[in-house]
This record gives sequence, structure tokens and C-alpha cells, in this order.
Amino acid sequence: MSLPAVRTDYINATKGWKSWLTTLDHKRIGIMYLLFIAISFGLGGFFALALRMELLNPGKLLFTAKQYNQLFTLHGAVMVFLFIVPSIPASLGNFLLPLQIGAKDVAFPRMNLMSFYLYLFGAVFCVYSMVAGAADTGWTFYTPYSITTSTSVISMTLGAFILGFSSIFTGLNFIVTIHKMRAPGMTWFRMPLMVWALYATAIIQVLATPVLGITLLLLIIERVAGIGIFDPALGGDPVLFQHFFWFYSHPAVYIMILPAMGVMSELVTTFCKKNIFGYKMIAYSSLAIAIISFLVWGHHLFVSGQSDYAAMIFSLLTYLVAIPSAVKIFNWIATMYQGEIDLKAPFLYFLAFLFLFSIGGFTGIMLGSLSLDVYLHDTYFVVAHFHYVMMGGTVMAFLGGLHYWWPKMFGRMYSEGAAFVAWLFIMVGFNMVFFTQFLLGTKGMPRRYYSYLDQFQPLHAFSTSGTWVLTVGFLIMAFYLVESLLNGKQAPDNPWGGLTLEWTTQSPPITENFLDTPIVDCGPYEYDKVKV
Amino acid sequence: MDNKIVNESLIAGKGWFPADVSTFGNYVDSLYSFILWVSVILFVAITIVVVTFVLKYRKRPGYVQPGGEHITHNTKLELAWTVPPLILCLFVFYWGFTGFLDMSVAPKNGEEIHVVGKKWIWQFEYKNGTKTLSEMVVPVNTPIILVMTSEDVLHSFYSPNMRIKRDVVPNRYTKIWFQATRTGNFQIFCTEFCGDGHSQMQGTIRVVSAEEYKDWLANSGSADDGLPLEKLGEKVYSAKGCVACHSIDGSAMVGPSWKGTWGTSRPMTGGGSVIMDENYVKESVNYPIAKVVQGYPPVMPSYKGLLSDREIDGVIAYLKTLK
Repeated sequence: MSLPAVRTDYINATKGWKSWLTTLDHKRIGIMYLLFIAISFGLGGFFALALRMELLNPGKLLFTAKQYNQLFTLHGAVMVFLFIVPSIPASLGNFLLPLQIGAKDVAFPRMNLMSFYLYLFGAVFCVYSMVAGAADTGWTFYTPYSITTSTSVISMTLGAFILGFSSIFTGLNFIVTIHKMRAPGMTWFRMPLMVWALYATAIIQVLATPVLGITLLLLIIERVAGIGIFDPALGGDPVLFQHFFWFYSHPAVYIMILPAMGVMSELVTTFCKKNIFGYKMIAYSSLAIAIISFLVWGHHLFVSGQSDYAAMIFSLLTYLVAIPSAVKIFNWIATMYQGEIDLKAPFLYFLAFLFLFSIGGFTGIMLGSLSLDVYLHDTYFVVAHFHYVMMGGTVMAFLGGLHYWWPKMFGRMYSEGAAFVAWLFIMVGFNMVFFTQFLLGTKGMPRRYYSYLDQFQPLHAFSTSGTWVLTVGFLIMAFYLVESLLNGKQAPDNPWGGLTLEWTTQSPPITENFLDTPIVDCGPYEYDKVKV
Repeated sequence: MDNKIVNESLIAGKGWFPADVSTFGNYVDSLYSFILWVSVILFVAITIVVVTFVLKYRKRPGYVQPGGEHITHNTKLELAWTVPPLILCLFVFYWGFTGFLDMSVAPKNGEEIHVVGKKWIWQFEYKNGTKTLSEMVVPVNTPIILVMTSEDVLHSFYSPNMRIKRDVVPNRYTKIWFQATRTGNFQIFCTEFCGDGHSQMQGTIRVVSAEEYKDWLANSGSADDGLPLEKLGEKVYSAKGCVACHSIDGSAMVGPSWKGTWGTSRPMTGGGSVIMDENYVKESVNYPIAKVVQGYPPVMPSYKGLLSDREIDGVIAYLKTLK
């Protein structure tokens, strides 16, 4: 294939940093998001490395108890609010959504840029909190501790409050875009499953995030004005805060995982050259998860002293939300049947998700069980569980998607060999760190402990050593991705043989995405009808 | 800053769990084993299918993908992987729920103990007015009902061996019960993050025979009378929660270290200084906020009524030995 030396694309269409900062192009906004999300991931990862280092032995190694508490708070807050919530929707989603539905841009390009600036603005408050006596409450800000601590809780919660608006704007934009901007012929059931996933995510973003905003605002008001809402010393109710907080934060874990599931559906079809098994089931299960996710928040409160009957209903609903997730896993595996499986880097991350998320799911079944949760609640078992779901699930899918769409975004190929080595390090390191924590949890090791009983030391040390393996993997990845930008081979328009619309335009795409508006006359993955 | 209280029983136990010493143990452990083994079987099955597919349908020279229309639906198969998991989940839900109700509803004939959580010690009060810190003495084979509240922030009372946990909430009572099936010393942890001393907020459940319990309750505290003062002070240091905030090796924790402070002049918050002598120590035990050493937060709870005069004398004697 011969390519002209220089083509006009969205990257070189206009020059200068000003043209980026004022851009209304969804692709450029997606790339800017990607940059800051990567920086946030690095920052959160650095905090994780530091706090795991402290846990190498019981007692003091590098930090005081207070510094350790600040470290795990910053790790959690940065990873949740700055990295994982916006990760797939705001970076990959922003870049892809209009491309996948054959549109020129999102419905409200200015609002899209506004959302990016709100993200930066919120991040400034979070960073300010880090330097001005970082919060030590845990990312959950449980009252009344968060009311009474002298650390800078207000700037951190204000940051999260602003980031919430960024998230709402993105969600609103996506909903309208999906409803109004689809190319001619693209019916709802011809949309790529990534779009379905972004749609379900957007619904949660728009409906749940305001509750977090109100809750954090109430917390700030209580701290500043001393009005009793959550603090019993002022006549408030601390458990009310937990209800409010998890009313957002439980659906929020589906904001984090649903887009990842969308990426998984794209990866499995392209790298197996197969039409997806159970398209409608996957699409509907995204919506089912989005709806049921609003009704399970109480499973974070099984030992909080909430009513036993409330606990019963929350436990039951928790099991119901497990089923659509399991159905998706089975559908993806069935899609592999009689495929032509290409073990490229994106598909390796697909496999990583499949195994790690399954383990996360099975351990979720344990935690959803009332009498077992009494034992496992707030131990390392929970820490391991949510890292298997969030990092083993969302981050693996994010990395898979990043590698999959990298040639489309930057027009460059990366080194497949280096990508395999990095994947291997990440898989080994991840399981060293977090599988060990399941064992710690079943032995009764509580979470958020600065120091611990001597008997836990070998497992803690092993878990910590895993973080170094994990770090090597991510450093290799950072290296070969930057290398590909500088010296990578020029990417063809459709390096993987994908069928969705983004692969029909050039790599990287022109500012307007497509030369002509695409006309859609079939489903997104009909490999049995089309020959690539 | 070693953890002085090591309860051997947390190490022992079959499988991954700590020793099972309460009437809940068997229930919780068999539920765990059931879910674990079902999960392992399903996970292995998934792995076999995925690995087989990857090997069999891998893109390689000479491999031709089967042609024809791709299978995108199979109602029987889809029902097979939706309905049985749903039934399994409902079964696990029911199993977990009934056990939870048993944990929540305490028997009427139980022995009631009031638990107060505060930064960063556990305090236990018995019906006859006996108060203990960090150590809860209970009779074996008797239902023990814990009525719990917090004096400051959220805490959570966790006994891995008894398989119980419940948050301890300010301005509200929470309840939990257990019945120990054998004697021994068992670990208590705080599992709701409560600040700098969170990981040091530990304690011990000492399960004794019914007779021993009666004796202990009747003349509580007197068992220590035989100890020399220095030894008594050392015991108080680790058993009554001082260890959570004060080191004996010179390192600063939430509170100042005890090492090498005896007889020295201590700078106070808000100016001035105080000589670290018998009267200052006693005042600080009973009214800790009255004179706080500079650079430390005024967060120590009062031990008034919780330490006997002889125990305070013991602490003073112990402090003198820490040069």
C-alpha cells in the first residue's frame, strides 16, 4: 500500500498550541483528555507505589501514619475521579463516538470543550489539596471523620464536585449525539456495541452524578458553616452520608466498567473476524446494568447498622446485577467460536479482561452474600476484589482499546513485540499484587492499616514486590508508545480489518471525519457477509 | 512500634481462615467454601473453553476460518448460561441471608457488654460497672451481646475468629452478638478508618470458663495486684491502648514518645513548660487535654475512672525505666 507523504488530518490541520486549546474537534479534545488521564494514572500509580512500599514491613518505613493515610486517600481520589471515571468515555469515547456513528462531531462541540476545561479546573483543586495538607479521609470521605479532620478536605471534595460537572456534560453530549447524529441507515441496532455502552454510561453520568455533587456540597457546607447534616455532634446522621455517597458511587463503578465492556465487544469481533454473538443481549444488558446499578448501593452498608431488611433487598438486587455481566462474558467467549483469532496486543488485553474480570465477578458473589460480607467487609479481600474489577477490568479494556485505536488516533503503529512483553509484565505484576490481597483478606487483614500484625508480613511484602513488576510493564508501555509517535511505522487506514465506520476513513482522520457522509446498510460486525 | 498484642489464634485455623471459635464459624466457612469451589470449577471451565478456542481458531499459516453464516443466536445455549447462574445466585443469596438474620437477632439470655469505641481504644463496660480497656473477658459457651457506640468518629468492631463485624457509630447504638465455643485469646481489630491510630486500635477477646469469668467479674482488676509496679505499668501500656499513640523507642506517633522524657522539661502548646513528674503524668491520664505537649494534637481520651490508682502508679514506674 502506498501512502502519500503528507496528508491533511485533524492533527496537522491547524498549527500551534492555541489551535489545540481552542479546538472544538472531538478528536483533539479526546486526545487532550487522553494526555491528562495518562498523567493522572501515572500520579495515582506513583501514590500506590509509595503506599505499598510503606507496607513492606509493619511499623514505620518511609512515612508517618498520617502521611500514609494521605497517600491512600490521594491514590483513591486521583484514580477514581481523575482517571477511571473519565478514562474510556472522555478519551476514547470522545474520539470514537462521532466516528463510529458516522457523524462530523458531537452534538455540542463547545460544551465538549467546556467539559474538558472543567476537568482541568477540578484537577487544579485536587492538586491544590495535595500540596495544602492533603485530605486523609479515604476517597469515600466518610463522616464524621471528614468533618473533623484538619486536612484539606474541602478543596478535594470541591475538585470532585467540579469534575462531576465535567462528567455530566460529557454524558449529556453523548446522549444527544447518539439520538440525533447517527448516519443515514444507522438504526439503533446497527450501532456498534461501544456506542450502546457509552449510551448506557451517559445515562448513569447524567442521573447519578448530581447526587454526588449535592452530597459533597452538603459536606462542604457542614464543614464551613457548622450546619448539622452528617455530624452527630451537630445533630446530623453519619450513615446518611454513606447512603448519599454510595447512591452515586455504586452506579459510578458502572460508569467505569460499562465503557470497558463496550471496548471488549469491539475487540472480540475485530480480532476474531466474527459477527458478535447475541448483539441484542449485550446491548440490552448494558441498559439493564445501568438501571439496576441504581438500586444496589446498600451493599456497601451491610455492617453499617442499616435495617436488616434493607440489607436483604440490596443483597438480592446485587445478585440480579451480576447476571447481565456474566451474560456478556459468555457472549464474548461464544463469539470466539470458529473465528480467526489474531493474538495482537489489543486481543491480549481482551483475554486479560476476561480472566481478571471473571475473578473479580466471582469474588463479588462472595461479597454480595450477607453473612460472608460481615466477615470480609473492609478487609483486603474487598481491596483485591475492586482492583480485579476496576484495574483487571476497566484498565485492561482501556489498554486494549488504546492499542486498538492507537493507529487511528495517531496514524502510527507501535512495536507488537514490546507490547507483548509489557502485557506479560502487567499480567504477572497485577496478579502478584492483588491475588495476594485476597489471601490477606481471608486471613482477616483489615484495609487502610498503616501497620499490621507480624504474621501478615510475608504476604504484604510479596504484594509490594508485585508493584515493581507492574511498574516495569507500564514503563515499557510508555516507552514504546512514545517511540511509536516519534518513529513508528505509518499506519494504514484499517490495520486490523475492523468493520465499524472509524476504519473506513483515513488514519488519522481528517477534521471532518469523513469525506462523504457514510450510508449504513448493515449491522456493525457482519464478517460473514463482507470480505475485508 | 511493634504490635504488642499478638493473639496466636489468628494464625491457626484450617484453610485460609483464622481459627473458628464461635457458633457462626461453621456457617460462614462452609458458605465461603461452597462459593469458592463453584467459582473455581466455573473459572476452570471458562479457561478451558477460551484456551481451546484460542488454540483451535488461532490465525496461523494453513488455517482457514470456517465459512458460512456466523452463529449469532442460540436460544437454548443462552438460556443455559442465564438461568442456572441466576438460580445459583439466588441460592447463595438465601444462604447468606438466613445466616445474617441469625447474626442480627441476639438470644434473650445473653450476657450484655457495652462497647465504646474512641480514638483509638476499645472500652468495655459490664453490668456490675466493671470497665476494661482493650481487653474483653467473656465466658465460653454463653451468648455475648455487644451494645456499641462511639464517642467520636465511625469505628468498626471486628473479630476475625468470631466471624463478626459491625460499625460503631456516634450518637447511635449498634448491636451484634456471638457465642465463643472455646477458651483462648482472640484478636479485635477496628475496620472503619478512624485516623492516625486506626491500625493500632486493637484489642483482645479473652474467652474463659464460666467459673473463671464469675471470679474475674467479682474481683476485677485485682489479679494485677501481685505484679511489681514496673511490670504493671508495662502491661497497662500495651493492654490499655497507650501503645496506639505513644512509642517507647523515641519515635513520634500521634502522641509524644515515652522514651527519655521522665523528669525533663516539656514545652506546652500555648507556651510555658511543665516538668514531667508524677503529678503531670497523673493529670495527663485523667485530664489529657489540660496540658498538651507542643507539636501534638489535643486528641487523647480521658482515662478517668478507667485506670486504678495503682495502675497509674505502675505507668509512672514504667516511665522512669524508659531512659
